[in-house]
Amino acid sequence: MSKIRTAQEHVYSKQSIMDKSGQNKAPSRRGFMLGLMTVCTGILALLTPLMGSIAFVLSPVLRGRGKSKTGFVKVGVLASLPVEGLPRKFTVLADKEDAWNRYSNVPTGSVYLRRTRENKVIAFNIICPHAGCFVQVDALAKQFSCPCHNSQFKLDGSRANTDSPSPRDMDPLKVEIRNDEEIWVQYQRFKPGVAGRIPIG
Amino acid sequence: MKWLDERTGLIRALESLLFRQIPGGTLWRHTWGNLLVFMFAVQTITGLALWMGYSPGVRTAWESVYYIQHVMPLGWLVRGIHYYTAEVMLVMAILHVIQMVWFRTYRKPRELNFYLALATALLVVGFSLTGFLLPWDEQGYWSAKVRTHIMSLTPLLGGMLKEITIGGHAFGHHTLTRFFALHAGVLPLVFLGILGIRMALMRHQWKQSTQSEKTSDPRTSPIWPDLAARYALAALVIMAGVLCVTFWPQWFGFMHKGMGAPLTAPADPSDLFASARPEWYFLFLFQFLKYFPGTLEVVGAIVIPSAVFIYLLAMPWLGNHRIGHSLNVLICTLLISGMIWLTWEAKRSDAANTQFVRAQAEALMKANRTIELASSPGGIPAEGALHLLHSDPMIQGPRLFAQHCAGCHRYDGHDGKGTFPEEAPSAPDLKGFASRHWIGNLLNPEHIATEAFFGNTAFNDGKMVSFVQEKIGTFDAEKQSALMQVVKILSSEARLKKQAILDSKEISLSAQDREAPLYDAGCLDCHAFHFEDEDVEGPDLTGYGSREWMMAFVSNPFGERFYGQENDRMPAFLDEGILTEQEIGLVVDWLRDDWFNPVNP
Repeated sequence: MSKIRTAQEHVYSKQSIMDKSGQNKAPSRRGFMLGLMTVCTGILALLTPLMGSIAFVLSPVLRGRGKSKTGFVKVGVLASLPVEGLPRKFTVLADKEDAWNRYSNVPTGSVYLRRTRENKVIAFNIICPHAGCFVQVDALAKQFSCPCHNSQFKLDGSRANTDSPSPRDMDPLKVEIRNDEEIWVQYQRFKPGVAGRIPIG
Repeated sequence: MKWLDERTGLIRALESLLFRQIPGGTLWRHTWGNLLVFMFAVQTITGLALWMGYSPGVRTAWESVYYIQHVMPLGWLVRGIHYYTAEVMLVMAILHVIQMVWFRTYRKPRELNFYLALATALLVVGFSLTGFLLPWDEQGYWSAKVRTHIMSLTPLLGGMLKEITIGGHAFGHHTLTRFFALHAGVLPLVFLGILGIRMALMRHQWKQSTQSEKTSDPRTSPIWPDLAARYALAALVIMAGVLCVTFWPQWFGFMHKGMGAPLTAPADPSDLFASARPEWYFLFLFQFLKYFPGTLEVVGAIVIPSAVFIYLLAMPWLGNHRIGHSLNVLICTLLISGMIWLTWEAKRSDAANTQFVRAQAEALMKANRTIELASSPGGIPAEGALHLLHSDPMIQGPRLFAQHCAGCHRYDGHDGKGTFPEEAPSAPDLKGFASRHWIGNLLNPEHIATEAFFGNTAFNDGKMVSFVQEKIGTFDAEKQSALMQVVKILSSEARLKKQAILDSKEISLSAQDREAPLYDAGCLDCHAFHFEDEDVEGPDLTGYGSREWMMAFVSNPFGERFYGQENDRMPAFLDEGILTEQEIGLVVDWLRDDWFNPVNP
């Protein structure tokens, strides 16, 4: 459609080009009105399928985020954590929605739990705040270490190396001890690569 | 502009295309071919958009189309345009061929134009056949099955052709992937190829026409703006028509709910689809084949269509002579009127066929139900939408009941699916089982010995019937109202969803309050009720009508808890291996009216 418009503009804003055989003539004013009508009609005809398709394809952005669930999920029991031991990895089971599928109680992420006192547990999201890799526990050095770009964190989550690639400390998560033994964590993800803690998804 | 033109020559090329004088003048029929190009463009745009949401796998095809249609914004609009433009395109492609015969534009030197138009029509048919299977719904699946079966009737090559097309011996994963590759990859490329050849041919013919002195039509006009204006207007009319059908499909004879294109239930290879019919534009073929039963099928399916096709190929040569052309026009008219008559006849005989009409209504109900379940908070599980249907008591209950229970029982007089068996029932009518109304009738001397309860069973001469008729029959007003309380208490044992609120309000939770009325009425002389009693003979009334009680009963009515050795003829469905636990659960849930209801979850 745009090619035709350009040709039309060209014809009526400048001198038309005539070839040697004289076959190509610039149309008259009646032709101009007809041409304009043609363009409008053509655009109208294509408008609905085109606009509909574009809106459809852009739907993930146009639809808006919807409410993200930040409820607590049960992750483990106190008895499985030694007091002041190394952090241990626990899987977060939650309901997951993927387009038309809804799964209940499937792994959706992991957390590190560390029992600092008899009744106190701290939790960190396993996702490195630098670029999203999964952080590991370095048992010898007694700290967290990310294998991708070598971000290191102390057991309290703070950055261990002064030139750490990570822009912030490990992301702590809220923990509740219920019924004296159940560890419930408020699982959340945060945007990697920025200094501030911005929850996502 | 001059900058662009100096470097690419684009503007001059465009001008030579747009302002060239085309022979033939401005006739509306000239828009036909270009309309097909316009529709191809629309299909490409909408097709690419749909491709971003469609997943061509046996467990994900229906699911992704459901998601596009019912969840994604404007998905129904994009899919609707794609679906209905396809139908219009098919009609236009065939008419494009016919109009070439009618207006004699297929004769020398334009024979190749005719063949290209034929090839285009075949391509559009190919698009339609491949595209229709993609949602993997009942309609598409069974249509494709029938068509590939017809394909296999081709002599010599038939079997091989079919296996190549469906990717194996039977329909499955590869059928879908192949059909999709054809629909979205191979056929569009071939279409573009044919389009290219057509354009080149036309340019050559224009040059020839204007250069030769013997032009049949001295009128000429440029594409821009004269012809282009007509193309654009025709395109707009077509698009408006397609949008009309998309917004109000029911006005045009489609029976599904809502706007946009239809989507029947997910394909179930193990279940019959009794209302299988091709889309309306192939109904004539379906009707035609009815006249070639049994071994004659190959004649109607392959021989005659091939003969027609060969004749079509010969038409340009025949058309060069006047008699030949008249014959062509006659044959085309016969073909078109034959198609129209056959389509009308197919619709008429279907409408008169009550079984078909019922099957159609059932298919519609199943489609709506699947969509209802898919839209429920539980969503579609990993196993797919078909699994949803297979585990829905509302759909499976009547089917299983009709198959396994209706030999003796009835449901509101029928077999669960609406058919009223001729022979009398030999077991109770189970509609509303364990509801207050049902138990009230059971304990009513006027009803207990009827065929709706024990009338046609061995228990007709039993102690319960005589108790109800003799004892309850002589109850005074006070005892009658006490009996009402017994009915309510017993019914509450079933914990029916429908009665939940009523039961919680009216029935006390204390054991004393519940047992006393039954004791007073005399029930506990023969029945156990929340206590162990080895002396009793009748079935245990604890949890009577509850899911657990019914599951155990159907599994084995010979159990000590139920009829023991006094059991009449009812089989032990689980213990004898007749039904699985899951199937018993589906019937029981259905009998208890316990299935997902969006209005009242």
